[in-house]
Amino acid sequence: MLSLEGVTKTYRVGAFGTATLTAVDDVSLDLAPGEVVSLIGESGSGKTTLGKTVLGLVRPTKGRITLDGEPARPGKAYYRHVQGVFQDPFSCYNPVFKADRVLQMIRNEYFPGVADSEWAGRIDTSLKDVGLDPGQILGRYPHQLSGGQLQRLLIARALLLDLRYLVADEITSMLDASTRIDVLNLLADLKSRGLGVLFVTHDLSLGNYISERAVVLYRGQVVESGPTDLVFGNPLHPYTIKLLSSVPRLTARWDGEPATAPAGDTGEGPSTLVEAEPGHLVRRGEGTSTASAGA
Amino acid sequence: MTLRVNDLRVHYRTLRGEVKALDGVSFDVGDGEILGLAGESGCGKTTLGKSLIRMDGRMRLAGGGVELDGEELPIGDDRRMNPFRFSRVSLIPQYSMSALNPTRKIGRMVTELLASRGERLDVAELERRLDLVELPRDVLDRYPIELSGGMKQRMVMVVSTLLDPSLLIADEITSALDVSTQKAVARTLVEFRDRGFVRSMIFITHDISLTYQIADTIMVMYAGRLAEKAPAGVIVGEPRHPYTRMLISSLPEVGVRHAERRLSGIPGRPPSLLDPPSGCRFRDRCPLAFERCAQDPPPVEVTPGHHVACWKA
Repeated sequence: MLSLEGVTKTYRVGAFGTATLTAVDDVSLDLAPGEVVSLIGESGSGKTTLGKTVLGLVRPTKGRITLDGEPARPGKAYYRHVQGVFQDPFSCYNPVFKADRVLQMIRNEYFPGVADSEWAGRIDTSLKDVGLDPGQILGRYPHQLSGGQLQRLLIARALLLDLRYLVADEITSMLDASTRIDVLNLLADLKSRGLGVLFVTHDLSLGNYISERAVVLYRGQVVESGPTDLVFGNPLHPYTIKLLSSVPRLTARWDGEPATAPAGDTGEGPSTLVEAEPGHLVRRGEGTSTASAGA
Repeated sequence: MTLRVNDLRVHYRTLRGEVKALDGVSFDVGDGEILGLAGESGCGKTTLGKSLIRMDGRMRLAGGGVELDGEELPIGDDRRMNPFRFSRVSLIPQYSMSALNPTRKIGRMVTELLASRGERLDVAELERRLDLVELPRDVLDRYPIELSGGMKQRMVMVVSTLLDPSLLIADEITSALDVSTQKAVARTLVEFRDRGFVRSMIFITHDISLTYQIADTIMVMYAGRLAEKAPAGVIVGEPRHPYTRMLISSLPEVGVRHAERRLSGIPGRPPSLLDPPSGCRFRDRCPLAFERCAQDPPPVEVTPGHHVACWKA
């Protein structure tokens, strides 16, 4: 179990760091093996910062992250189990390294004792696991591979380790519609083999497609979280409702609606997460009663 | 008929030869029509948009022509094209965030831009349009850096359409925006058309569900050619070309869950346009391919307004 408890990240901004910006505000969530949790939010919601804190790229200002009850210490032992894949596969690779060398670096760092023949077998398995043909990938430079292949190669590289949790930060947003779904299906397959995936996305339909649980972030705070079918089927927070109504769909056109979506009551002030249904948490202002429920 | 594109061929000059990015594309855009242009990366949709307004140094007009309002558009001649740009054909670029001059206040930039075209700034009209896109009037006294991404995008939209062009090209303008901003921008485009700020529009995007929301007609391109063109509802509801069908069925909609229905992508990659194969270019990835696909399928009008380039349609 990978757990975040009350994680907060504050950045110093402005001249000489005079102002502060709270990118992530008291977020707690759990990620179990064999589960996909979607972190959904727009730009500036803190979803990427949260992913980075899990990967140890950003140190949380407050709160803690634990892996199986042990505090997470970013280092070799931690990265053996927790890895990340990011948005832009084209800039994740050193352009002068061939694909084999990218994978070889994993061996040098983590498995120096493994014999050549065994390592070749492992590479073969992990490439096949992500649906790549080793013959087409090995010996190629990054620019000779397509975006979908590069993205899958990054996942294959992570699979060479004893991977248990994967942070997938907007991994499909640079891919074409025809390849995007293959990468999503791949994540779903890996999930059924016990991998826990933190799926960071701004695209609600993708989050809905593969995840068991969804967490909606707004200005660094969790505004709604719960099982995906409850969050998407019965959204309770005005922000979630607004987001869902903005998603372009193939089944309905926007024609009839007013030009601007009604502004949600995402006001300031103290608020807490309330359990509206079993497992379905919604942020409500402390002043407001339950009257707005079921909107 | 606002725009008529006739067998347009545009090639990119590279060291390895000519990349045939547009290889014989013909279509019309009517008055007041929003044409959505969809397809995978590398299908030629951006090349088409660019060649209608400004070809860069690598691009070469290899054949075909373009007519705007019955007048030949000299797209291959950079100099002669100049009088048409901005006043008759205008563009909202993908990089709107960086399209505004950072060293000028926005108001001054707009005045200078209009002066360079021999036009005077109608302040009342500009303010009316700013109100329409819900930008405060004092943006004109601000520098671009003081605006958010969505605000810059709306500002560029207002500036691009200030001279009421006949044709507006919007190239991937929403791909960097959040869903709620994306919706507002897309609806503003429709509003611009309804109010007559632009006569017709080509809306280029890879997102078919977004195109469906605002376009009257959708044209799907594949490997430099037209695959299918039909009214938006027909493309989404009854696509005839196998590529369109597979593209649409690969879209995860809100409500579709992996556990219930597994979607599938399109295996394979589009062919290289350096030396494109003969016959139907989708043949290698197409589950319906048969012997006849070795010949080029011509675009056929199967029902009025529905063009498909496929032997099986």
